[in-house]
Amino acid sequence: MKAIEFTGVSFRYEEEGPFVIEKLNFSVEEGEFVAVLGHNGSGKSTLARLANGLLVPDEGAISVFGTPLTEKTLFEARRNVGVVFQNPDNQTVATIVEDDVAFGAENVGLKREEIGERIEFALRAVGMEAYRGATVARLSGGQKQRVAIAGVLALKPRAIVLDESTAMLDPRGRREIVDVVTRLNKEEGITVVLITHFMEEALLADRAVVMNRGEIVMQGKPEEIFARQEELVTYNLALPRIGVICNRLRAAGMPVSNTLSAEQLAEEIAKCV
Amino acid sequence: MRIVAEHLSYVYNAKSPFATAALRDVSLTIEEGEFFGIIGHTGSGKSTFVQHLNGLLRLPSSLKRRKKRPKCKKGELPPPETVLRVGEFDLTEKKTDFRALRKSVGMVFQYPEYQLFAETVRDDVAFGLKNFSAEKPSEEQIDGAVKAALEVVGLDYEEMKDKSPFELSGGQKRRVAIAGVIVTRPEVLVLDEPAAGLDPLGKKEVMELLHRLHREWCKTIVIVSHDMDEISENCTQAAVFSEGRVVCVLPPKELFRRADELTALGLDVPLTAKLVSALARRGVEVDCDFTTEDFVQNVLALWQAHGGKGGGA
Repeated sequence: MKAIEFTGVSFRYEEEGPFVIEKLNFSVEEGEFVAVLGHNGSGKSTLARLANGLLVPDEGAISVFGTPLTEKTLFEARRNVGVVFQNPDNQTVATIVEDDVAFGAENVGLKREEIGERIEFALRAVGMEAYRGATVARLSGGQKQRVAIAGVLALKPRAIVLDESTAMLDPRGRREIVDVVTRLNKEEGITVVLITHFMEEALLADRAVVMNRGEIVMQGKPEEIFARQEELVTYNLALPRIGVICNRLRAAGMPVSNTLSAEQLAEEIAKCV
Repeated sequence: MRIVAEHLSYVYNAKSPFATAALRDVSLTIEEGEFFGIIGHTGSGKSTFVQHLNGLLRLPSSLKRRKKRPKCKKGELPPPETVLRVGEFDLTEKKTDFRALRKSVGMVFQYPEYQLFAETVRDDVAFGLKNFSAEKPSEEQIDGAVKAALEVVGLDYEEMKDKSPFELSGGQKRRVAIAGVIVTRPEVLVLDEPAAGLDPLGKKEVMELLHRLHREWCKTIVIVSHDMDEISENCTQAAVFSEGRVVCVLPPKELFRRADELTALGLDVPLTAKLVSALARRGVEVDCDFTTEDFVQNVLALWQAHGGKGGGA
């Protein structure tokens, strides 16, 4: 089944304004891990907001786990597709970790015991069970973001969309989030759409999608996408530093591949010298 | 302006159950003209340190009317005296003109675009200038200064001045926010994670902007960064903070030779350093300053020495 399906979707923020997303066809299979790349303003975040009905398309149709997204099915869709945003400080509503995680579950009117169990499950899933009673404001960025993910998980979504959720974190926080998300995907079978600027994160996905001006311009296995470096540059995506090094060496005639692994590149260089 | 800190300590929520020592006996000198990098984990004290540089955080001695001599027991040495100087300014003194200090030490926080507030780009950039000038500047002076500041950050004054800062793109907003700080012509510019949250191209542009400012506008640049590649490509000198202490201060060229120590502190190393150590494990020694350019040149030189092009050896 398709977890998220866009058919001919167009969207603009202002009437008469330019389309941010135009005639977009895009789908994510259930259980898939998809990374979405693109420069600022390419339409990535709009895509995330359309996927759970925060924005309504001007044209085309969106369906979530087989159900067309309409006003009637909106809340069901939001329960199925949770979105985690960029700034951890903008996503907390309560002062205590468990209250914050419970917020969404309380809002959909679950029973008290059920909520308790879900908090338990969600905090364990993100490795924050020891912080149940902690003050959210005193957590690190990575921890706050894990609490935000737990809040989404408490609704037992079948898919999670992370809209640059690692952009404001330090390397350690970023690793925490990526680990949690990868585990949720592999172990819980939750569909993941990871919108990111970090090429290394995209490498973990089953499929990478590159957006430019509201259109999907490239997609495929992450390694294949990164091998097409000249093309990436035309979409205003700067290459990761390793890509720059590979390119420079190859331009000078050295037989190295377009790898993104430092070990692999070292191996290949070692063979040449 | 030379920045000198000696035996600098700082405790948040002192005398409360939440007391946390953020800086412990930090001694660090930043010479004039440096493009200085400050590295460390979240919570290592780097932001606390830089907030001292323009008096956002003040030493207790600079807040009290009279300096108290530190008490010490008989036979014990008194604790070493804290020194904190930025150029002529002695930040341990209450008499110090902190307003003049803040004019000479510009501070750009993380995500500075969140601090934009005025109705037009011109008013936003002019705000700091009006606040920090000893005499009220004339409209012509303001226009001139705003124009120069916008132009050095790569924005067109005529096109931008009447726009709302909120209708700009992310990269433009950040430029406007930086212009609002440098408009007072600070000698030292401190930036906390200047490239965070931008896409790779935006990052590159911000770093190019900082180099331009370093050449044309501010003598000393201090950046706080998590991105080791950013440090190795751009900085002349870098300090590593860990648990409120300065672990070492070295040029990146030497710092990243000690990749193992950095890894032990839980810090990343730049890609070039990873490649250098991966090659060393394979018996290939590459001597480089850890910039992309130098790494590539050195590898190519090695390759040429081994028969190089077409040799396939």
